[in-house]
Amino acid sequence: MEEYALIMRHEDGLKVASPEQIQTWMKQTMDWIDHIKAQNKFVGGTGLPFADAKVVWYNNVVTNGPFGDIKETIGGFITVKAESVEEAVEFAKGSPVLQGDGNSVEVRKIAKNDGVH
Amino acid sequence: MNQQELIPHLFRTEFRKIAAVICKFLGIEHIELAEDIASETFLSALEIWSYKGVPENPVAWLYTVAKNKARNQITRNQLFSKKIAPEIKHSASKNTEIEIDLSEKNITDSQLQMLFALCHPAIPVEGQIGLSLRILCGFGIDEIANAFLTNKETINKRLFRAKEKLRTEKVQIAFPHTSEISNRLKTVLTTLYLLFNEGYYSETRDDVLREDLCLEAMRLTHLLVENGQTNSPEVNALLSLMCFHSSRFPARKNERGEIVLYQDQDETLWNQELIANGVYYLHQSSRGNKISKYHIEANIAYWHTIKADTKEKWENILQLYNHLLQIEYSPIAALNRTYALSKANSKEEAITEAEKLKLEGNHFYFTLLGELYADIDIKKAIHNFERAIDLAKTQTDKLFIQKKINKLKEY
Repeated sequence: MEEYALIMRHEDGLKVASPEQIQTWMKQTMDWIDHIKAQNKFVGGTGLPFADAKVVWYNNVVTNGPFGDIKETIGGFITVKAESVEEAVEFAKGSPVLQGDGNSVEVRKIAKNDGVH
Repeated sequence: MNQQELIPHLFRTEFRKIAAVICKFLGIEHIELAEDIASETFLSALEIWSYKGVPENPVAWLYTVAKNKARNQITRNQLFSKKIAPEIKHSASKNTEIEIDLSEKNITDSQLQMLFALCHPAIPVEGQIGLSLRILCGFGIDEIANAFLTNKETINKRLFRAKEKLRTEKVQIAFPHTSEISNRLKTVLTTLYLLFNEGYYSETRDDVLREDLCLEAMRLTHLLVENGQTNSPEVNALLSLMCFHSSRFPARKNERGEIVLYQDQDETLWNQELIANGVYYLHQSSRGNKISKYHIEANIAYWHTIKADTKEKWENILQLYNHLLQIEYSPIAALNRTYALSKANSKEEAITEAEKLKLEGNHFYFTLLGELYADIDIKKAIHNFERAIDLAKTQTDKLFIQKKINKLKEY
């Protein structure tokens, strides 16, 4: 069994969403996570608030961000257990983030310190 | 982890409370900032509750976050501190003293005062309705656009212009002066009346949305009834009217989603509790000696809660329409009067009156003429229905009228 991070990216259009829409998204995210939990494959996760977000650059410059030129931002991630990347991809497909045009979920294996990876 | 279910519309309900209180606190010129703070509060909930579960007391959680966000904005935003009212600036300099009051009383007061501010006579009425839906009802731009059958850009522009007007007119978020209340109340009632009608007669196919608009209009009107200074006979008459109309919601559509006309409705589906409330507010409205159009329309709506076709009923309705048309003429009221005339007197008489109206751009006009001619002259009836189809805007309406033609052709 491997662990995978499912990283949710979306365009920064959340601010204009209606309260009703936000409540719907929340319910869908909870249902999605519950579905993974029911299979005992959920490890953890968190949202990443945009408020106060900063980017520290190579030249020591700190900017507010990640906005501006970068169209998409990371809204949050969860970590799941899966037998294969295909199984992790199946979990990712259930993410309500994917309802938004142009949004994506990146699936990345978490490195294990077992000498194999 | 706590996985309690959230009550439906919790975010929308709390959005409008938070937005009204913060906007009242910051002043109308910062209405957008108030909206942003309220929106961000729910984004925080999305980011945290989705993963960690719903907190024990969700509302208290939201209020704490909203207060913090408002406080941060006030203390951090340099530009803002230059423009802001002196009393807030004063407390802003001593960070800890900024207290945003989200008590039930202040929420109600702020919402009422916002209602007067947004329904300011200087704002075009469609702007008033749009802003009310946004700030006082917690609707999103998408939802407002959907209700008005238009796109987001149009609504955004409309709201933008209305907000500009609020700023340039320096509209205060405050209760109008006692001497001004009845005058200002007129504009507020017009907006609430139109908001209700938007839901009741809207052509949008989204039934939930339509009912929500009506419920919101009723809720805001109820706020006025609950307040001693605004609890006027007119307000009660308007609320009564809304209760009677919305009592028929469950009967207005059949299982296939098609509209069921009044005379074909199953009256056992009418909501008796709302009818009883309507009667109660109608009684309350009879204080004083002024009769407004809301009084008359509420009385007409009252007679419609009695399903049986009696001479008394239609004569009363006819008289009420005559009175209504004297107070305020509208083509739709004139058409409705003609229908009452056909019921109270005769179809022939109604046809003569109807044809005088010459509302030749209105599909209801030709539909009514079609109905009136149906028993008298089938050819003319079909001809009128066909003209109605040409004018009808929605497919549902066209199909509905076509069915009437098909029925006539069977004879």
